[in-house]
Amino acid sequence: MSLANSTIATLRQRLLAKEISPRDIVTDVAKAIDTQNASIGAYLSWDLEKALKEADQADVSQPLGGIPIGIKDNMNVIGEPCTCGSRMLAENYTAPYDAGAIVKLRSAGAVPFGRLNMDEFAMGSSTENSALGVTRNPRDLERIPGGSSGGSAAAVAGNLAIATLGSDTGGSIRQPAALCGCVGLKPTYGRISRYGLVAFASSLDQIGPITKTVEDSAILLNHLCGKDARDSTSLDVSVPDFTSALGKDIKGLRIGLPKEYFISGIHAGVSAAVNAAIKKLEALGAIPVEISLPHTDVGVSTYYIIAPAEASANLARFDGVRYGHRSAAAADLMEHYMMSREEGFGPEVKRRILLGTYVLSSGYYDAYYLKAQRARTLIRQDFEQAFEKVDVIVSPTSPTPAHKLGALKDNPLAAYLEDIFTIPVNLAGLPAISVPCGTALEDGKSLPVGLQIIGKPLDEMTLIRVADAFEKA
Amino acid sequence: MPSPQIDIHHIAKLSRLALSEEEAVQYQGQLNRILGHIDQLSTYQLDAEPSAHAMPIFDVIRPDIARPGFTQEEALSNAPRRAMDQFQIPKVME
Repeated sequence: MSLANSTIATLRQRLLAKEISPRDIVTDVAKAIDTQNASIGAYLSWDLEKALKEADQADVSQPLGGIPIGIKDNMNVIGEPCTCGSRMLAENYTAPYDAGAIVKLRSAGAVPFGRLNMDEFAMGSSTENSALGVTRNPRDLERIPGGSSGGSAAAVAGNLAIATLGSDTGGSIRQPAALCGCVGLKPTYGRISRYGLVAFASSLDQIGPITKTVEDSAILLNHLCGKDARDSTSLDVSVPDFTSALGKDIKGLRIGLPKEYFISGIHAGVSAAVNAAIKKLEALGAIPVEISLPHTDVGVSTYYIIAPAEASANLARFDGVRYGHRSAAAADLMEHYMMSREEGFGPEVKRRILLGTYVLSSGYYDAYYLKAQRARTLIRQDFEQAFEKVDVIVSPTSPTPAHKLGALKDNPLAAYLEDIFTIPVNLAGLPAISVPCGTALEDGKSLPVGLQIIGKPLDEMTLIRVADAFEKA
Repeated sequence: MPSPQIDIHHIAKLSRLALSEEEAVQYQGQLNRILGHIDQLSTYQLDAEPSAHAMPIFDVIRPDIARPGFTQEEALSNAPRRAMDQFQIPKVME
């Protein structure tokens, strides 16, 4: 069997037993990419020679020594492209430095290998907004892998990677993990440095692992977290050994079921799978408790004010001067800005820049942005009150299984509404994980369903404990 | 909160996007529909303090000590156009 099908945990044992070498792993992953990437489209680029060189130098005694990790194409890895799925950065950008998360991975011995497709600048939930290629769901090639970290999830689900990094602004790690059938963890806001992650919405963005098992998620998380002086929002808090939460029972743990999340409109197969998952947690000794998150229905509206507002400011840096696409046709400076951006950005990015600029523009700031910030407080308070009664909250990750490619192409609003269960977590800065919980039948196909488990701030330990117990049961 | 019609040309200029006429029409319609949905916020009593961030961290400062940054060559390495070791932009003065 190809080593590309393995988990980090298994490969680590085999590396330490000297049965295999880091070069063997990278070689097998590269073979899997060579044979399958043409149909799945998870990777935009990969540099085998560089990865082999790094694998040969890897110290396998380190905790991630010699393990190749695929990287979403919005994190800087020195000497590699960082396209963000955009024409803006596709032509002529080479990262001049390593992102904070990459520095951490390298210091644990991992080898960053391959650049993974994504919705342009992480804006989208299907990876169809990438300007650079289509990514397909390995479980059904006619369907989306989810997004925006669609390449990261598809690579893991299709065994084109051991594990990958994604980023999550409104569900972009958890939702593709759910739709492809793998494990995706968004840590507490501030756990992992955002330095070198190309910013979309700075108060919401967070890096996290996409893996085949909960165990691998805990292993990777151990080597991603920690204060980074270059990201002023990264938290100066101790990092526990997340693997110590594995293999524990969940007897007596209180599991919150938000009544606003179990509503009509959820795909029947998703509902059935999630209800069965809750029964399973109960059988493991957990106690279900009905809770209320009364501001759930304003989550999407709040997000689609705050995220575009922050994006419109963050993406102002793409001016065609210091990096990125520069229009050849401009006659003066204003035209240079307007045409470079018009030519470099794709439709969803323009839509969000326009929306963000509008809600921040003179006369509308109080009506939209300030109101959204107030709603954000209420959403966070909902969770605070709920967590007085429960230890974790569970829900579907996505209300539907993977759509067919193109299904929501001309209806951005409908696509936005699908983020209903993941968005509040980002607004409140909470950690959450999506674990596979069976399948839903659609058009005769069995499609993966994800169970979202939401935790208290900085309590990734309990998430991992519940997710691991669930996965092993 | 009323649902005003977006002046898409004004917003596009503020956004520094040279939209085609076709795009302008399309975005105007889409943004009005999205804003129509977002306007549901106005039906809520939103009297909470605004949050800019999920975590209560404020005024993070670092020691005022020089530290290594990009060399000039590194900073210019991705510039689409450069001249005399500087970023080149279209002429702004006659």
